[in-house]
Amino acid sequence: MSTATVAARSAFDAAALDTILSGTAGPAWASDLRRTALERLTALGLPDRRDENWMRTDLRLFKPQAWGPRPAPAPATPPPEGLLASAILSRDLAAESYADFEAGGAAVGPGRLAGRFASLDGHVVRCELDAALAARGVVFGAADELLAAHGAALRPHWFQVIDPSCDWFAAMHAAFHAASAVLYVPPGVRIADPLHVVAGISDGGVDTSHVLVVLGEGAEATVLTETAGGGSAGGPGGFHCGGTEIVVGKGAMLRMVNLQNWNTGVWHFARQKAVVHASGRLQWTLGALGSRLSQVAQDVALVGRGGSAQVNGVMFTEGRQHLVYNTLQHHEAADCRSDLLYKGALQGRSRLVWRGMIKVDKAAQKTDGYQRNDNLMLSNDARADSIPGLEIEADDVRCTHGATSGRVDAEQIFYARARGLSADEAARLVVAGFFQQVFDRITIPQVREALARAIGGRIHRIA
Amino acid sequence: MPSATEQLVIKGLHVSVEGQEILKGVDLTIGRGEVHALMGPNGSGKSTLGYAIMGHPSYEVTAGSVELVGADGSRRDLLAMEPDERARAGVFLAFQRPMSIPGVRLADFLRHAVTNVRNPDRKEGQELMPMRDFRNELKAKMSELSMDTEFARRYVNDGFSGGEMKRAEILQLAMLRPKFAVLDETDSGLDADAVRLASESIARIGGADMGILIITHHEQLLEHNIPLKTHVMLGGRIVESGGPELAQELHKRGYERIRSAYPEAAAAEKALEESSRAAAV
Repeated sequence: MSTATVAARSAFDAAALDTILSGTAGPAWASDLRRTALERLTALGLPDRRDENWMRTDLRLFKPQAWGPRPAPAPATPPPEGLLASAILSRDLAAESYADFEAGGAAVGPGRLAGRFASLDGHVVRCELDAALAARGVVFGAADELLAAHGAALRPHWFQVIDPSCDWFAAMHAAFHAASAVLYVPPGVRIADPLHVVAGISDGGVDTSHVLVVLGEGAEATVLTETAGGGSAGGPGGFHCGGTEIVVGKGAMLRMVNLQNWNTGVWHFARQKAVVHASGRLQWTLGALGSRLSQVAQDVALVGRGGSAQVNGVMFTEGRQHLVYNTLQHHEAADCRSDLLYKGALQGRSRLVWRGMIKVDKAAQKTDGYQRNDNLMLSNDARADSIPGLEIEADDVRCTHGATSGRVDAEQIFYARARGLSADEAARLVVAGFFQQVFDRITIPQVREALARAIGGRIHRIA
Repeated sequence: MPSATEQLVIKGLHVSVEGQEILKGVDLTIGRGEVHALMGPNGSGKSTLGYAIMGHPSYEVTAGSVELVGADGSRRDLLAMEPDERARAGVFLAFQRPMSIPGVRLADFLRHAVTNVRNPDRKEGQELMPMRDFRNELKAKMSELSMDTEFARRYVNDGFSGGEMKRAEILQLAMLRPKFAVLDETDSGLDADAVRLASESIARIGGADMGILIITHHEQLLEHNIPLKTHVMLGGRIVESGGPELAQELHKRGYERIRSAYPEAAAAEKALEESSRAAAV
């Protein structure tokens, strides 16, 4: 007996798309992309566990019919702020760590954001850009208007970096993305302060936002994106189906941070990909603290000679959270470097899956590729899976991978307690130490501090 | 009888590890400002005493007491305290084998420790000692102990040589300034010069307000720390106490005289050795 794929139905349907298209300020070509994606969506069922990318993801309790576009928030609703924005704007980070203090960290005061974009339940609620940057040709804000105004710069990349038809969630996102943001930095323009994008949802809310970042030749920028809100486990929860596209131009330099910080009732599906051109540099940090279930694809394609990508992952899970990451470091050109380090700490009955692949094309000689996943188990009931992989067609390359899984040692805790640290303080310190290696790679101190503090606040007493 | 100074008073202490009794009734009183040496063959229970005083969860006290007795006669029951409360009450253990904590710089670790020990009621999350003050003090102490200040930036005991670990323990002793310190073989794994340096350092750190119990196999560590009393442990008991000359005798002649003088303790030592050998098989 053969089973035909049953299309998954939700309130993201043709009528909903008509409503979006009648209200959008976007250009016709962008609307056409949505229609194509809807056609694809209506033919697709939810991803199947026979698909290798989804075989460790349990979608049985995910009900697509529960989700659809949400109405705009009441006018007085304050925009979500976000953990990273708070860290940049309001914290004096002075003297949190000895090494930072020695390095002059005592002088670090509250920082600035060059641009701020916020959405709530798929509706734009804040959009600001430093006027001096706008004058230099920097484009930042709501995608609908900006795609129409800057089609020449944005159209070649909009939904061209990620594949909008590869599965139900990708097609759903491509058809129904809302409150999406774009950043375009013209060649040679360097932005010192970070730009910030936060997607918020209410309890039971929905977010389908998309982010496109394009850096022209020799441009530099720091982009912080994060999520906030949603319901906790057991309640209405929430649903995120998003995408991130990144284009790092020749010799450009991008520091990108994606922090997933939903409450623990939120379903999170995200497809994220960066393309790095010749001599471009990308430092890409993924933080994951929240959600009920996450399925994230994070791909980096090195398409020009001499490009480099450093990928950092900081994951902390608890309760019954289940986070799945599929990463790809795709070396398409020669002399490129990619270095991935994912670190996860697991508490409760949570589960963390990392499946990583380094793919080296025939042309990509002198590739230097590295991937590593370390997990720290904070309970006996947590489970971590690390599945590294290499697929190499060139013959002159250096590609290595590693994975470790360890536990907090009761003797370490006793040693710290014997010096006056409480059990909780000792546990937090040991876990902070575990993450230090990846924190050392994140060159934005406020991001480091915000992640460290958020993780520290969630560690229960160990043993 | 009230004493002129605060004392660490251990009475009739019995301690078991995994159901096996290691200490079989230890009595020991140390006053602040006194140095005591604790010697004895391997496996006699010296380290167990250190762990029990500090409150290691695997060391079960089945009988006896460990108290801090104030000059005014007030008593604080150490055994009722968690290990960190004991540290905050002024008790310190220099570990024979210190644990490494990768990713945590010695300076950051010590700043937490110093803050807590000096503010015993501090709750986690409350302010740490100001970094500037802490750093000044740390640098001064390191310079006194002839330590490179770069050492403070290294991760706690991570990749340290045996000697570096022991020096890090001494630095912590110097910064925490406990009322009572147990130094568990702070000389093991060190060469002669390093032991001399350790001995000098401990003498400099100690003084009229610190009671120190030095666990050692050698007399060299005692060179600058002349013990008021030397205690010999055998088979889980302190079988003999004497002056500094006892340490010299044991160092020169070993434990044969002790074993023959205390056949019951020697038999206990043997029984323990055999059962631990059986457990290892």
